[in-house]
Formats: sequence, structure tokens, C-alpha cells
Amino acid sequence: MQLWLIPVFPLAGFLLNGILGRRFSKPVVNTIAIGSVLLSFAWVLKTLAALGDLNVAHTEQYFTWIQSGNLNVGFDFTVDRLTAVMLLVVTGVGSLIHIYSIGYMAHEGGYYRFFAYLNLFMFFMLTLVLAANYLVMFVGWEGVGLCSYLLIGFYFDKKFATDAGNKAFIVNRIGDFGFSLAMFLIVVNFGSLDFGVVFSSVAGHSEGALTAIAFLLLLGACGKSAQLPLYVWLPDAMAGPTPVSALIHAATMVTAGVYMIARSSAIYMRAPAAMEAVAIIGLATAFFAATIGLAQNDIKKVFAYSTVSQLGYMFLGAGVGAFSAGIYHLVTHAFFKALLFLGSGSVIHALSGEQDLRNMGGLRKKIPWTFWTMLCAAVAISGVPPFAGFYSKDAILAAADRHAPWMYWVGVITAGMTAFYVFRAIFLAFYGQYRGKGHPHESPFVMIGPLAVLAALSLAGGKLFNVPEFLAPLFPLAGETGDIGPVLVSVAFGLGGIALAWLFYVARPGLPDQIAASFGGLYRLIYNKYFVDEICDAVIVNPVVSGSREVLWKGVDAAVIDGAVNGIGNRARGIGGVLKLLQSGNIRSYAAWVLLGSVVLLFVMGVMGGLRRICSTSYSPFRWLAS
Amino acid sequence: MPGVPLSWYLMLSAVLFALGIAGFLLRRNIITVFMSIELMLNAVNLTFIAFAYQWKQVDGHIFSFFVMVVAAAEAAVGLAIILTVFKNRETLNIDDISSMKN
Repeated sequence: MQLWLIPVFPLAGFLLNGILGRRFSKPVVNTIAIGSVLLSFAWVLKTLAALGDLNVAHTEQYFTWIQSGNLNVGFDFTVDRLTAVMLLVVTGVGSLIHIYSIGYMAHEGGYYRFFAYLNLFMFFMLTLVLAANYLVMFVGWEGVGLCSYLLIGFYFDKKFATDAGNKAFIVNRIGDFGFSLAMFLIVVNFGSLDFGVVFSSVAGHSEGALTAIAFLLLLGACGKSAQLPLYVWLPDAMAGPTPVSALIHAATMVTAGVYMIARSSAIYMRAPAAMEAVAIIGLATAFFAATIGLAQNDIKKVFAYSTVSQLGYMFLGAGVGAFSAGIYHLVTHAFFKALLFLGSGSVIHALSGEQDLRNMGGLRKKIPWTFWTMLCAAVAISGVPPFAGFYSKDAILAAADRHAPWMYWVGVITAGMTAFYVFRAIFLAFYGQYRGKGHPHESPFVMIGPLAVLAALSLAGGKLFNVPEFLAPLFPLAGETGDIGPVLVSVAFGLGGIALAWLFYVARPGLPDQIAASFGGLYRLIYNKYFVDEICDAVIVNPVVSGSREVLWKGVDAAVIDGAVNGIGNRARGIGGVLKLLQSGNIRSYAAWVLLGSVVLLFVMGVMGGLRRICSTSYSPFRWLAS
Repeated sequence: MPGVPLSWYLMLSAVLFALGIAGFLLRRNIITVFMSIELMLNAVNLTFIAFAYQWKQVDGHIFSFFVMVVAAAEAAVGLAIILTVFKNRETLNIDDISSMKN
């Protein structure tokens, strides 16, 4: 079936654009970049059509990568229903974002570099999704982290962008550390990293070992999918261009953690403690990030915290056993979150770079297409039926309710907050009077087109793609209770959030400031993201940096190591300084040295020879010389 | 009357050698230093001959020849060096030819 072509098309695009792109004209760069992703998407469709109903996974083995003792790791790709869902999301939404980028990046420098990195990212993400064992998945995992770094720091002449790139990569590394340890444990316990081998033999291993593996995998997923406490990189990652935020930090890379947990469901189902941890971390992250999103003024930051929050929902779904609900939300989230980001990119483009919500307003009439498409995404994310977000979010909340009712209630409150802050952003940007100084103009068709497609998907995608049904052979469906109560409550909270946002930002615009003033301390806490970055800085970063600087650099490196090396040099110079006195240039002293040397030589020769008898007599002081 | 005792020859040799060393270390003129070196060599020659006569062996004489040859060669080379030094430095005072100091 030539599965390898799916990631290789974007890889070829990366190589062509990366190496030769400097000399290509923009249309050529576009053709290569978009073409490679569209080819990949077409190949995905062809493969899925040819494979039929995918009840059995289709695996292709390419070459043996590691052969060491009993460990045999091959470079293998596999396709089953879960892979199919992910492939469609990655290539489909990826293609739309590539097309959108033509318009967005049209006036930016480094055009070919951007598309080269984007293609490289697609290659790694597809490798991650198609992997048939943990090590190949890890290749993709690390690769998307690398591309995230390259793309966040795309404007490398701005320090905050490169700092954000560093932060993303370093925090991701902490997660990768967990993933690596998990892989080592898997090798030790199972003797193989292959999914098929590992998942079919989970029954024979102790719960303790499986729980340890599951917790370490969770650490990896927290890093990649920006959950507590490793979420801090995602809001800063908004320093990158908006298509990057849409593709990597909404639709694909950050969902890799959820995909990995869903893939490892066999391990998690037998480690209840770890599953509980997944659910609680997901729920806490969802709630926490939603509270921060309430007060942000940068439009991209609002959606960044929204992404963290929605990822928390996906983790919650996985943690309560509803893996397919988590994946369902992954799919719908890809649609509406990518749309929200691309839409904000369109707004930013229209205002020539303005990102602060306080300087927007009244854009409804000026950029209507952007407005209507973003409205579609907003109603989808708020869980308004019958749009996409309603189905997926409801599946998760229903599962949470079955597991533990308090989780359902926290989730519902978070849903209300989600609706509130998304519509806050919409109302602040599109309603009221225009508060800025620019000349808003609508975006070109190449940007509006993908927005329209994603809007259609956000509205209809939930009903059209019934993911849990599709994934039923892998993740058995829980029985429907037919209880309409929880559903009504969550919809009510969603609509309530929208209404509250309407009240605050359209009907009574002065109200938010009054409330912010009266809850001053709480507002400041939320607005400053609970000072998490500052705390991290003080507790972790500064001690490490100053420890490095004072102890390791000045103490060990400069004083001890350099001191030893320089000390040897100085000692040599000292001895040389003493020996230099021999070279006096004074012939008389040379003569004296010659004489002295010859006397010593004669004495030694004498001792070796004839003085032996003198030394051996009993009363001689030279007795010790007798050998 | 018996011949001159060996020890007198050796004593004379030692005295000559000591005088040679003293001149070698203490004289200022290069040529005088060279003469002291020749004196030392001759003192050693005397010792060799004395012992050769004492033990009726010809080895001492042979050695003496070698010493004389070396002395002659060394004198030739040494005088050539002295001539060059004199041409460059205009002086025969060894204390004034210390340009390699430090």
C-alpha cells in the first residue's frame, strides 16, 4: 500500500523548498509546499479507500532499525481506525492551513523557509501517527517538537520569539524525558517496543509495572499536550506566525499526547491509578486554563488558553475510559480551534498586526467573512447543538458523569467559562465601535477559502463524522443511559456563558471594568496567569542559572579546571625562570659549570667503580652507597 | 740511587692540572684561558706517561698520542673562533662578550 509515501511527500517538499527554495519564485514555492501536502492527503484517501473497513490493522515493515540482543525494533508503519482518523485530521486540516498561509505570509520575509518548516512538521507528525512502535513514534514526537521550536522562533530577530521557542522546546524535553523512561520500562518489562506485542501481552504484567509505565507516558503527554504543570510553553508559543499556532498548537502537535494515550489504552485500562491521574490532570488543566482565558486581552492568548483547556477535556475523556470521546473532541477541536486561530489571523492581517482586543471593535461590517466564519467556530466550541463541539464535548461530559459526578460538574462549569471567553473575544472584536487606528480590510480569497471550509466542518462535522461509532471496534462504546438531564444542563451552561458575555460586552460595556475593580485582587491574579511563569522563574530557573554561574562556571570551571591547567603552565614558567639563570651569557660561569659537571661525573664513575671497597668497610660513612 | 718516585710525577701532574683549572676559571684573556686548557691536557699526558713507565706498558703512550692529536685539533678550531670573535667584538676580554645574557 506504500504507506511510506504519506510522510515522504511533505519530506520531499521540505527538501526541495529548504535547499533550493531561496532561488524559487513564490508561485513555485507554493506549488511545491501545497502540492506535497495535497498529494499526501490524496494518498491518505486512496489508502483508506483501498483498505476497506480496517477492522484489522494493516502494517508495513520497512527495515530493521535496532537489533541488539533480544530487542528488535523495526521501522514499521501501521494503519488502523484510530490512525485513519488522525491521518485525515492531520492531512486535511494541514492542507487547509497550508493554503491559508499563502495569503497570510505573503508579505513576510523567509517565505520559502516557512513552508519548508511546515512541510517538515507534516513529515514528522505523519510519522508519529503512522508509527507501529514506540520508538518510531518517538522519532515523530521529537521531530514535531523540533519543528515547533523552529516555527515559534520563526521571527528569529525578535528576542521574545526565540525565547518562546526555547521555552517550548525545553519544557517539551521534560515530557520527552518521561516518554524515554517509559520506553525503557517497556523494553525491560515486555522485551519489545512494538504496539502489537506490547498491547497483546499486558495481561501478564503486574499492575505496579503498568502503572509506572502509564505515569511516565502521562508525563510525556503532559509536556507535548500542554497540561498542568507543563503547559507554560503554549501561551508563549503565540509568538510564532498565526498559521503555526493553528496547525501545531491547535490541531495537530498538541494532540499527539492524546493520541499516544489513546493508542496506549491497553496499558491504561490496567492501571486505574494512572487513568485517574489522567482524568484529574485533564480536568484541573481545563478549569485552570479557562479561568486564565477569561481576562486575557491578546486575541491569540485567549485562544491559546482555550486550547490548553480543551486539551484538558480530551485528557478527561481518556482518563474516564472514554478514549473515543477524547479522540472525537480532538477531531472537532481541530476544526473549530484551527478556524478560531486562522480567523484571528485574518483579523490581525486586516488590522495590519494589531492583536489587542481593546483596540478592536465593530469589525462585523468591515470584515464580514471573517466574522461569520469565526461565529461558526464560536458556537461550535461553546457546545451549542447541533454543531460539532456539542457532540464531542457532550460525549466526554456524559462519560465523566458516569465515572464521577463531581467531574461532570466541574466540566460543565468550565464549558460555561469556555463559551464566555470565546464570545467575549468575538464581541470585543466584532461588535461595538472600532477603537483602533487602522484601516480594516477583508482578507484575500486564499485566506477566506479555508476559513469557509473549516466553518462548514465546525457546523456539520460533529454529525457527519461520528467518530465514536467509527472507533467502536477499538474502544467499545459504553451504553447510552438515555438520560437527557446532563445534556440539557451542559447546553444551558453554554448558552448562559454566551448570554453573560453578551451582557458584559455588548449590552453593558462598563460592567466588566466595575467587576474587575471590585474583585481587584482576584482579577489581577487571573490576568497575570496566576504568576506561574514568575514562580517558575524564581523557584526553578533562577536557582539553576545562578547555581550554574556561581558554582559550576566560576567555581569549578574557572577556578579548579582552568586553575589546574594554567597552574601547570605557570609552574613550568617558574621552573624555566630558574633554569634561565644558567644561560647567563657569561663565559666564566659556563666554564665553572663545565668544571663542576666533570667533577660530579668523575665522582660517580669512581663510586660505581673503585670506591666500592671504601664503602664496604664497616666504619665507612659511605656504607649506604654500597650496592 | 732509585729512580724518581711515581708519587712525585703524580703530584707534579696534579699541581699542573690545578694551575690549569685556576687559569681556566680566573683569567680574563681568552688566549690565556686556552693556554690553561693546553696546560691541563699536558698535565694529563704526564700522568699517562708516568704510569706507562711504572708498569712497563705501552698503553699510556698510545693514549698520550691521542690526547696530543685532540689538543692540536682543538687548538686550531679554538684559535679560529677567537680570531672571529676578535674581528666582531674588538676585544679579548671574556667578560665583555656576554651578549647572550638573559
